[in-house]
Amino acid sequence: MDIYGTWPWYVSGPLIALIMFLLLMMGKRFGMSSNLRTLCTICGAGKKHSFFDIDWKDYRWNLVVALGVLIGGFVASNYLTKENTVVLEENVSEKLQGLGFESVNQNYLPEELFGAEAMSDPFVIVILIIAGLLIGFGSRYAGGCTSGHAISGLSALQLPSLIAVIGFFIGGLVMVHLIFPLIF
Amino acid sequence: MRAFWYLIIGVFFGIVLFKSEAASWFRIYEMFNFASFHMYGIIGAAVVLGVIVTQSIKRFGLKSFYGAEIKIDTKEKSISRYLIGGIFFGLGWGLAGACPGPLFVLMGAGYFPIIIVFVSAIAGTFLYGKLKDHLPH
Repeated sequence: MDIYGTWPWYVSGPLIALIMFLLLMMGKRFGMSSNLRTLCTICGAGKKHSFFDIDWKDYRWNLVVALGVLIGGFVASNYLTKENTVVLEENVSEKLQGLGFESVNQNYLPEELFGAEAMSDPFVIVILIIAGLLIGFGSRYAGGCTSGHAISGLSALQLPSLIAVIGFFIGGLVMVHLIFPLIF
Repeated sequence: MRAFWYLIIGVFFGIVLFKSEAASWFRIYEMFNFASFHMYGIIGAAVVLGVIVTQSIKRFGLKSFYGAEIKIDTKEKSISRYLIGGIFFGLGWGLAGACPGPLFVLMGAGYFPIIIVFVSAIAGTFLYGKLKDHLPH
């Protein structure tokens, strides 16, 4: 395996299980989206709504994990990667080009949504805002995101997590197959 | 000292998310097109090993590094909150091509427009807290 290239699933998947195991051994559970709630509390949301009336110090450990994840992103992109490009199969690439994503196979994220030029397009800004609102609202409504439900919850054989993951896929499939052709 | 280990675990997770390309919008699009085994392999392998880990902890009553009992919480029973909440989340995941973990990864990797998604995600969380009592759970 070339450490500077794409890490294959049979390396990445087991490493994610190891991370979940390490957090359990630290006496905590794996879940990234609850940090968004803690950040609401830190911003003073607890005074307005009881949902945020928690002692944020109880969740400080998870903010430290999140800070680590951020540093990990910096380290991986700057020191463990030669070219920040994601290469997709030909049929998906063509489909994306058909939608107007010309930057496919040239970047880690599409220029059309995250490039410097796209930031002067109000339509793109609105798309990113809506996406964020859906992620924050949905993950808290469902009580977790990919790490909390798809990894941690399914690993603990929790039926609620399976229902949530089915929901994630319904939402994702609707977005990509029904809404993308309308907006891109 | 514990904070140091949380940081290290986080850095490790961030590197895996970036290098596996699970933090790439393109990979999420590909996943929702069932066009590659990659993302399914990552989640699938993590879950299969995760089940073994979690069941072993339960069966053998494994203690944490600090000697405490490890509690595996059972989640509250409901269908509507997980399904409806999940669909909202999935719509955002498909659109932004990132879930909460990758939002941190991408900010660290220097993709600054992600900050817009991140701040909106905090606002979305706030919106949920505000509307919580009026939503079906």
